[in-house]
This record gives sequence, C-alpha cells and structure tokens, in this order.
Amino acid sequence: MRYEAPQSVDTAVALLAEAAGSAHVLAGGTDLLVRLRSGHIEPELVVDIKRIEGMRAIVEEDGGWRIGAGVPSAELGEHAGVRGAWPGVVEAAGLIGSTQIQGRATLAGNLCNASPAADSVPAMVAAGATARIAGPGGTRDVAVEDIPTGPGRTSLRPGEFVASIYLPAPAPRSGDAYLRFIPRTEMDIAVVGCGVALTLDEGGTCIAARVSLGAVAAKVLLVGKAAAALVGTAVDDTALAALSAACSEACSPIDDKRGTVAFRTHVAGVLAERAARIALSRAKG
Amino acid sequence: MSQIHVTTKINGDETEFLCEPEDTLLDVLRDRLGLTGAKEGCGTGDCGACSVTVDDRLVCSCLMLGAEAEGREIATIEGMADGEVLHPLQRKFIEHAALQCGICTPGILVAAKSLLENNPDPSEEEARYWLAGNLCRCTGYDKIIRAVMDAAAEMRGEIANDPDDSLRRAS
Repeated sequence: MRYEAPQSVDTAVALLAEAAGSAHVLAGGTDLLVRLRSGHIEPELVVDIKRIEGMRAIVEEDGGWRIGAGVPSAELGEHAGVRGAWPGVVEAAGLIGSTQIQGRATLAGNLCNASPAADSVPAMVAAGATARIAGPGGTRDVAVEDIPTGPGRTSLRPGEFVASIYLPAPAPRSGDAYLRFIPRTEMDIAVVGCGVALTLDEGGTCIAARVSLGAVAAKVLLVGKAAAALVGTAVDDTALAALSAACSEACSPIDDKRGTVAFRTHVAGVLAERAARIALSRAKG
Repeated sequence: MSQIHVTTKINGDETEFLCEPEDTLLDVLRDRLGLTGAKEGCGTGDCGACSVTVDDRLVCSCLMLGAEAEGREIATIEGMADGEVLHPLQRKFIEHAALQCGICTPGILVAAKSLLENNPDPSEEEARYWLAGNLCRCTGYDKIIRAVMDAAAEMRGEIANDPDDSLRRAS
C-alpha cells in the first residue's frame, strides 16, 4: 500500500485516476481504516485528501454553507452558523458513533461509505444538499440522494471524489429535523432514520417540503409523496397522518437482527410524523 | 514498500518516526515509540481504549494512520501527569477506585480530560454521553463517573484538595 497526501485537487484526481480500481480516498477514515485493517480491502493506494486547501473549512456561500470533505462532525456541531441554518443535519451528524468517532468522521465520508443506515444522509437529502465532485473532467455538483446507488456503492466515476458538501440557504420560515430509532440511547446504527425539511408561508401553510428515509431500502429514499402530503396544508394531524402513511408505503426494508420488515415499515411512519412536528416548530421559530 | 518519515509533536516533544503506510497511529505509539499507555481493545473504534487527542481533538488512534500525524500535535496518557504529580483526574480515579483491570483506564482518562477542557462543569448526563465511546467491563461506570465529576469540581476550585494527600505522588 502507498499513502499519498496531495495538496491540490488536481494532484489527488491524477493519483486516483492513475491507480484505477485499487485506490481509496481517506477523509475521516472511521470506515476506511476498519475495512483496511480487517482485510476487506487491500488498496494499492490511499489518498488522504485532508491536506488539500479548503478540505477542512466551513465557508459561507450564497447564504448557505460549503463544508469541506475533511471537516469532522464535531467541528460541524461547534459551528453556530451551520447549527442555526440546518439543525437537523448537525444533529444527524452528531449521532454518528462516539465523541472519538466524531473527532474524525465527515459528512462526505458518511455519504460515500454508502451505508443505507448512514445517519447524516437522510438529513442532508431533506435539506436539499449537493455534493461537489472533483474528477478528471473538472468539478460537477450532484444532489446528495444521487450519490449512493446501493449498499457500499456510489455513482462516483473512476478518479472522482467528493470535495465538499453544500447546504443551501434555508428559506424564511423553514425548519428541519432528523430522528432515528435505535434500541438504546447512543452508539448504535439506525434501524430507521428520517429527515424532514419544510417551509411555511406567512399564513402558516406549508409551501415546500422534503422527506427522506434511511435504513428502509438499499439506499436513502427521497419520498415525494410524503412531502406532497404536507404541501398546501397547515401540517395538521390529517396531513401528518398522510405523511406517515406515505413513508411506511415507501419502505422496502430487509429483515435483520436490528429490526423486522414490519417493525421498520411501521417505525418509518412514526418517526416521519415526529420529525415533521419538530421541523414545523422550528419553522415557526 | 518504503517507509514514511513523519515529524510530529507528541506530549509537547518534537518526535520523528518511520512507519509503514498501513500502520495506525496506535501501532506507531505502541510498537515504534514505546508509548504503550494507549491500548488496542477492538481496533475498530468501538471501545475507546486507544483514545488520544490530535490537535486537541479526541480521536481513536486505531482509526488513524501514523502517516496522518505529520505536523500534528498528539497528546497521550503518558503526558497527563506533571512529572511525579498526578493529574486531578488520575488522583480521583485512584481515590474512587474507578478502575479494576485497568485496560480501559488510559483511554477514559484521556477522554475525560478532553471533556473537562471542553466543558469544565458537565452534568452527569453530559459526562456519560461524552464517555459513551469508552467501554469498561469491570466497573459498571458508576465509579468512573463519580471520579470524573469529583475531579471536575476540584478543578473548578469548588473542593479544596488536601496537600498532604499521599496519593498525589505517583510512586
């Protein structure tokens, strides 16, 4: 194995492109190191992207926030600007592992590891986040929900890596929230995760919503029908019941030791309603 | 494959080492530098026995490559006591018998020190959540939490410590 810590995006892209399939990108390393040490992967090359300028920075951009691919969750949680704009995303990132893990784990890494149960991903999808991908053809921006394609698989092409995540400017009277179910209070993997973001008009009617589910399908889901259940309503009990039903209907989970199909399907609806209530109270300020 | 030359600062001392690309920081500390305070419990970031700080950020040294330490400042359990004088957390761990087999203790002390630097007056709940990534199979955690809360109170100056306390000196 070779370790490289390039200082520019171009060098990183060139290294990854030349190494073809046996190269891995190292950001926080909390998933990569485990796979490396257990022998699940035997890379010829590991490219540490954290020495590239901007990778460890959180920068305001058009009223939103661009978060470098090397920024750990802990830093995100300490950033008043991001916390104020997208509390649901920050809370989701804050649920990943322990204090120690949060000292290293990144949003970009959580996304590219492509676990269906990744906590920060449904929250980012609900927020309408985009990933900026650097690659041999330059950079391109892709919606977060289009990065994972299945467990451990992404739509990234050879030589490409996620350089940053962009959280857009929140609309006035908007709020977001993320909730997950685990059978304990911390240090566990989501059985179901749900992110909700919604925007109200001045009269309190919902004019935009995004609802996303994790751990109930092979990849993160953006549930359009659940969002549609909120738009045009005051997010009242009837609308929330429709949201809940739409979320349960969208699930195609697996049975495993963490939860059964029936349990996950039910809990998805319950969490969606609770997350929507939190997002609503945040939107009302 | 050629070894990587790394220059770093460990417990305040400029340190240079050579490592293999796949060596973790924990491998380097234990096997190349003789700093065996950090333990390898799980090697997967679950148990916290390998906790160190990197640029004041608490991390698992088993989940970081040694090569990544270039230019960073590392703090380990070996730097916690001031010469012969124990850190208040170390002293309180002895007073409260907050350890039994001791494997988890270095990691918990490093994590607890990091907690009190970030939050000198934590609630018990905050302390328990902060230390949730440090597993102990002996104590049931209660004595650990009591020791941390007591050390925090002393460090805030709320409890006068006894200057004649023989436990202040490691021997």
